[in-house]
Amino acid sequence: MGYVAIADRDHEIEHHDPQTFITKYVWSQDHKVIAIQYAGTAIFVGVIALILSAMMRLQLGFPDTFSFINPENYYQFITMHGMIMVIYLLTALFLGGFGNYLIPLMCGSRDMVFPYLNMLSYWVYLLSVIILLISFFVPGGSTGAGWTLYPPQAILPGTPGVEWGILLMLGSLAVFIVAFTMGGLNYVTTVLQARCRGMTLMRMPLSVWGIFIATILGLLAFPALLVSAIMMLLDKTIATSFFMPAISSMGVDPGHTGGSPILFQHLFWFFGHPEVYIVALPAFGIVSDLLSTHARKNIFGYRMMVWAIIAIGGLSFIVWAHHMYVSGMNPYFGFFFATTTLIIAVPTAIKVYNWVLTLWEGNIHLRVPMLFAIAFIFTFIHGGLTGLFLGNVTIDLPLSDTYFVVAHFHMVMGVSPVLVVFGAIYHWWPKITGRMYNETLGKWHFWMTFLGTYSIYLPMHYLGFAGVPRRYFAMGNTDFLPESAQTLNASITLSALFVAATQILFFVNVFWSLRKGPKADPNPWDATTLEWQTPDTPPKHGNWGHDLPECHRWAYDYSVPGYEDDFIPQNVPADVAPVGRDHGVEH
Amino acid sequence: MEPIGTEGVVHDFSRDKQAFGMPWGKAMMWIFLLSDTFIFSCFLVGYMSVRLATTDPWPIPSEVFALSFGGEPIPLILIAIMTFILITSSGTMAMAVNMGYRKDRKKTFWLMVATAALGASFVGMQAFEWTKLIVEEGVRPWGNPMGAAQFGSSFFMITGFHGMHVSAGVIYLLVIANRVRNGFYEKRGGKYEIVEITGLYWHFVDLVWVFIFAFFYLW
Repeated sequence: MGYVAIADRDHEIEHHDPQTFITKYVWSQDHKVIAIQYAGTAIFVGVIALILSAMMRLQLGFPDTFSFINPENYYQFITMHGMIMVIYLLTALFLGGFGNYLIPLMCGSRDMVFPYLNMLSYWVYLLSVIILLISFFVPGGSTGAGWTLYPPQAILPGTPGVEWGILLMLGSLAVFIVAFTMGGLNYVTTVLQARCRGMTLMRMPLSVWGIFIATILGLLAFPALLVSAIMMLLDKTIATSFFMPAISSMGVDPGHTGGSPILFQHLFWFFGHPEVYIVALPAFGIVSDLLSTHARKNIFGYRMMVWAIIAIGGLSFIVWAHHMYVSGMNPYFGFFFATTTLIIAVPTAIKVYNWVLTLWEGNIHLRVPMLFAIAFIFTFIHGGLTGLFLGNVTIDLPLSDTYFVVAHFHMVMGVSPVLVVFGAIYHWWPKITGRMYNETLGKWHFWMTFLGTYSIYLPMHYLGFAGVPRRYFAMGNTDFLPESAQTLNASITLSALFVAATQILFFVNVFWSLRKGPKADPNPWDATTLEWQTPDTPPKHGNWGHDLPECHRWAYDYSVPGYEDDFIPQNVPADVAPVGRDHGVEH
Repeated sequence: MEPIGTEGVVHDFSRDKQAFGMPWGKAMMWIFLLSDTFIFSCFLVGYMSVRLATTDPWPIPSEVFALSFGGEPIPLILIAIMTFILITSSGTMAMAVNMGYRKDRKKTFWLMVATAALGASFVGMQAFEWTKLIVEEGVRPWGNPMGAAQFGSSFFMITGFHGMHVSAGVIYLLVIANRVRNGFYEKRGGKYEIVEITGLYWHFVDLVWVFIFAFFYLW
């Protein structure tokens, strides 16, 4: 029996707009409000993680100077910085924040398919954040096991936070996964089942494609983290031995026998590697849309861009052990995982070439979002190239656990996605708030952040080649390192503090715009995608007023020859304006 | 002309509005079950891994999971009954889905209640099995007299996780069955796809049990 798609129903589902402040802004089921709640919370914990990194840099740049940072604190800062940035900031911001905001608007839907579940998703996420933050204040403090939480050390005495911190960390992760699953099911089902008339999958903007595939990755990868968190909780609380071999800890036998620490590494990285792409794919998608819009040119090779996202998503599940080359695994495994890892370079290179070719002969407007998008291409190529080094077993072995690795992953999955986050916030800010930001302030923010991050992470590559190990509280007397290594460390610290302070400009801009920013045009960038064609700015509950939009073309009809405007929105019919290249299926 | 072959598949999935001709809830349940499959797969792979890694001998399942009737131990008898019950419940569930689409509310209700009852008895027998292992055999999550400590750890963790799924399913079935009975869905257009969605979950839980049964009791 047929099921009538919502876009085909005669009578729209009636919308009872929430009236009170509570239902409108607190217990809201509107995807846009939930998106802002998600983003606000994520940015809040992100700032905490930024402060933690500044503390770490203070210690590294000027050891023996700050009495308030001891080795235990340092490991706690490292752990919390990493975990917050990867999971509670980037995953939550890209999927919970941008996913929530953009999917229904870009697909021409009224909301997510299950708004109540969507609301629950945010509140459970907030709970996980609260559990995480509580761990700063429990006896022993938060866990200092490193963000990878490797056993046996993560749950044995001697590691900071072994009393309560590790329990709260694992618990918070489990709660986060529940929250993510509730949201993620919504995002995937909305993209698959609730698009507007004419919106075929191959007409969707690449932002939606990136977020969609990243969410699928999350739904399939987070289970491994959940299972490893449960197993480690059992090892810690009731002394099972999933990950714990027979071991003597500080002269005491904790009573474990026969477990496999390597099993944890496999489970963790089966989650951990797709996680890289959970963060990267939304960034890929969003940056494609920013480049195309601000270069007034269709994205180069749309169909290949889509397939590249899918291919990268699929491949990301069979490369995980390249994080474990030094764990003593069989050399044939190393060969297999090095091969699959380097194969990922093919679809990734397709994407990079296509971004660059999109800019080629474009009518480039260097507005703030575009600056961030172009900067992303730079940082992503740099981070990607160092990935080729680390993906090869023989080159990885000496570089493993040095600052080269730190520089690599910060460049490729720290700086690059964060640049896209900023670009995306500036880009959609007029739609989200109805106000413009300050362009000059935004450009200062961009240049200081972009140049600042380069002066942090480029020198780190040299430190890594020189053999400076990561995760050390202080180097002590190390003969193989020249004295200049410490000078370089001090300079990196100064740059890091500078970049951290620069972010104040962003918040100044946000608050200035909210209070005094000029009213925004509904479509200030002359963009084609549906979210810019809403009847109200910011869009009201239900997004589209009485009638759902209809989609008549792909998302990239910029500068179509023979048409007076240099853009044709997706909802303009084909008999009104010519259709550029369209991969949409006729129906 | 409609494209055929691989292109036809892409054409079908990428058509506008929706990729699958089914209600949102059903699509979402399929995606959830895919995610849940990965959870159980990780559990089972983890179990296989620790079983291979541990240095102590693994207890012999046919002896551990034997019940004595009149002094004669019968291997795996309890688990055979439990498995039979759970698979039977999949049958009553399938009949409930059928009756749901025929809009026979009364039969749908009773078949769902029967499914829930079979599920509850499964959980009950599992509680019995746990009690016997803990009290009589001295199996604990952190160790047991028969051999490797990981036997108890993985057994309680995995069957416990599955038992929670069955228990949640029983509650889910009863809630939906009650709504079928009191006419909740009549007010919402008289559609009973929800019975099938509940059924998807229930069949999934049964299917997972088949794997747990094979890897735990037969290996």
